[in-house]
Amino acid sequence: MKNEINESSEELREEISESEGNKRWIVVPGETIVTGEDFLPGEGARREGEAVIADRFGLAEVAGRMIKVIPLSGAYIPRRGNVILGRVVDVLYNGWLVDIDSASSAFVLIDESPRFINRNEMDQFMAIGDMVAAKIWSIKGRGIDLTLKGRGLGKLEEGFVFRINPSRVPRVIGREGSMITLIKEKTGCNITVGQNGWIWIKGQDIESEIKARKAVEFVADKVHVDGLTEKMEAWFQEN
Amino acid sequence: MAIKRPSGRGFDEARKMDAKVGIIPNADGSAMFSFGDTIAIAAVYGPRQLHPQHMQNPQTGILRVNYDLLSFSVADRKKPGPSRRSQEISKVTEWALLPVLNLEGFPNTVVDVQIYILQADAGTRTAGINAASMALAHAGIPMKNLVCSVAVGKLDTEVAVDPDNAEEHFEGGEGHTDMPIAKIGNTDEFTLLQLDGKIPPEKFTDALNMGNKVCSEIYEIQKNALKKFTEVEA
Repeated sequence: MKNEINESSEELREEISESEGNKRWIVVPGETIVTGEDFLPGEGARREGEAVIADRFGLAEVAGRMIKVIPLSGAYIPRRGNVILGRVVDVLYNGWLVDIDSASSAFVLIDESPRFINRNEMDQFMAIGDMVAAKIWSIKGRGIDLTLKGRGLGKLEEGFVFRINPSRVPRVIGREGSMITLIKEKTGCNITVGQNGWIWIKGQDIESEIKARKAVEFVADKVHVDGLTEKMEAWFQEN
Repeated sequence: MAIKRPSGRGFDEARKMDAKVGIIPNADGSAMFSFGDTIAIAAVYGPRQLHPQHMQNPQTGILRVNYDLLSFSVADRKKPGPSRRSQEISKVTEWALLPVLNLEGFPNTVVDVQIYILQADAGTRTAGINAASMALAHAGIPMKNLVCSVAVGKLDTEVAVDPDNAEEHFEGGEGHTDMPIAKIGNTDEFTLLQLDGKIPPEKFTDALNMGNKVCSEIYEIQKNALKKFTEVEA
């Protein structure tokens, strides 16, 4: 029985590395990724003597000497430069507190809003419960700072927001935005995908908005299929 | 030594084990683990903000485990809600899992683990630990290794691994004995060792070796379940 298990995991490893082109395979925490002094453990990996060991569950990637583990599941981990969607949970004296569906709360400083805002009229710009698209500007020990300066950022008016698994976000966006551009074109909707898995859709009418949402959920569910963009086009033909 | 196990298994033979990852869509990580008729599910939420605030630790994240039997998991309905037993097992499970976790990257936060027993036929805490360790990996929590856990019992004077309910309450001879153990993946480090009943010192090594053997089987099952999940899901 043990042999069977080993064999099937070996096969799996080969299949994945082949389909991806570069070397990638699934590892579990504590599993040795490679052995040898030449390799450098990157994110999600650590060195123990000769071996480089996975620190978390995910796809191990060998890029030159660098070894890293790409997460496949789990909660959103904020990174600098990420565009995220959030909900204003409090208006404080010098900014807004935003829930971004992650372990630490985020803050938008009043100076980081796109135009000058009088401190006495802050809630006229953004009040509690408003949705906002923002970019992570810095991550410090105690909290995340956001900025609203940038294209497509700011308070989200109308439309609706829903949530997908954050690990599916790269797939929804597609290579250089190919997937999301296709969905936008086919439905005529305005879509903002936050790296935290929150997605905002606003279209001409409710029908196209629902169609866009269904399309996004279709991509998020169909996982690891080659030529997903083509599949998406076929899906639009049918629906 | 003509004694036979009521279940007909060999003394070093565990029940049929099964594992599955990603069973609860709303959780950040989830898993199921079963030993025969004992089924445990575990869901992991977080790292997320910890309330009440006075429990927050600015140096590291904390782990909070909640273990409970569902009311229909046993023959006589179990009154829902925390009990002395479930609180103890929650704490013991927490200690069994904590040594492999690295939560220093998530200060002031909590990782919540909910373990529920769908069906109880002895060995629920060990099944819970196995499920929780897979669920934590699935949630992408940084960890050193997986945790494998199994109980070793004793029928009269014979040690037997992974006893079921009938065997755990074997009252003949030296009476009922149960020793749950948990260890870190494929290493020799133990994170849980409890003993209810008596095991003579000369039998103790046998008992540990039996547990070790089954733990390495569990480790393979857990690893395989995690890899299989990605085959279908990602």
